[in-house]
Amino acid sequence: METLEPILAAHPFFKGLAPEYLKLVVGCASNVRFEPEDLIYKEGDPADKFYLIRSGRVGLEIHLPHKGYITIQTITEGDILGWSWIIPPYKTRFTARAYELTRAIALDGKCLRGKCETDHELGYEFYKRFGDIIVQRLHATRLQLLDVYGLNH
Amino acid sequence: MKSNKIEAMLPEKFRVERVQKETHDTFTMELKPTNGNPGCKFSPGQFNMLYVFGVGEVPISISGNPGISTLIHTTRMVGAVTQAMGRLKKGDLLGIRGPFGTIWPCQQAEGKDVVIVAGGIGLAPLRPALYHCMNHRDKYGKVVLLYGTRTKEDILYRSEVEKWRARFDLDVHVTVDRGTGNWRGNVGVVTTLIHKAPFDPAKTIALVCGPEIMMRFTILELLKRGLAETDIYLSMERNMKCGIGLCGHCQYGPTFICKDGAVFRYDQIKQLLEKREI
Repeated sequence: METLEPILAAHPFFKGLAPEYLKLVVGCASNVRFEPEDLIYKEGDPADKFYLIRSGRVGLEIHLPHKGYITIQTITEGDILGWSWIIPPYKTRFTARAYELTRAIALDGKCLRGKCETDHELGYEFYKRFGDIIVQRLHATRLQLLDVYGLNH
Repeated sequence: MKSNKIEAMLPEKFRVERVQKETHDTFTMELKPTNGNPGCKFSPGQFNMLYVFGVGEVPISISGNPGISTLIHTTRMVGAVTQAMGRLKKGDLLGIRGPFGTIWPCQQAEGKDVVIVAGGIGLAPLRPALYHCMNHRDKYGKVVLLYGTRTKEDILYRSEVEKWRARFDLDVHVTVDRGTGNWRGNVGVVTTLIHKAPFDPAKTIALVCGPEIMMRFTILELLKRGLAETDIYLSMERNMKCGIGLCGHCQYGPTFICKDGAVFRYDQIKQLLEKREI
């Protein structure tokens, strides 16, 4: 039977991960599919999963009183969706909604979290990788906050 | 540019043929010379000095197709002159000097992939380069446009961008900083599109135009993808007055933007970009 191992091994996020850890990750992975406008998770939900997006587009939204939902970021092919599973209090901060047909690999964060607690080397590998993603998104968010297309730039 | 510097300071009269509102603060004008001459010959990247009689003169990039004779300028209303320009109607007159400045490296890019990174109104000076690539499509590898704006309402040339997106020989990716309303496209700064854009860094020329801070971060991402410093070109903006390197208003370190730019190769100005005082 074909497993998700080659797909995960080829993804830059898992590059350099020791084979035994990769096997462990594969054991926590499953294929998922979302139709356009499907909710993947809601703000405040328990953060038990994260996703490797294989195709499609996902919007991260926040609800503003009297304004409805606004999209603060989109996640597309090759991106990782969700890091709240690794950082207490393990609750999602935003709502994730598929904007088009989206195929992804879901990873059981709750299970991996437990394994990271007992195997700190694995935990360090995940923190390193998610640290990189968080920094990239922080930089992008800072640029967004600068409003570079405003009249003052 | 006209050879004689005195002649280059004399505006020629052009008539407004058409005005098109692009966004809440930008508009595009089609202009024809009143002396019956065929329109203005220019190369992608060049700009003209546009003179609103009795108000003042401003440098505006040429944003039309170098393959057609009509002169086209897209302008953002940010000051007294551009606001007065925004009130012009079909048939009104305008003074024009130019074209001035350096050009996008369309010839050097032949045989290579071309990635065009535009931010906001920065799409206007890049559009002639994109037209050039489309007019000579077989001379280029992949042609990629990465375009970022503040909101979906700020997308320039919206219907044209849609047509470009539908072409099989162009890769067009648009992103907005604020995803409001029913926008279902990309949300995030334009730099986030670079790491996934389909081009071969070993044989790519990048053309970048937008707010300076956006260009600085774009360059970092392009270098991270593996582009050489000598393959990145950007269009700089300063307060240009004479357009021919005489007045010194647009001095940028040892260069004048109007004469030595506005298009520069990155390695030639990278030290200036990093200097806070300039």
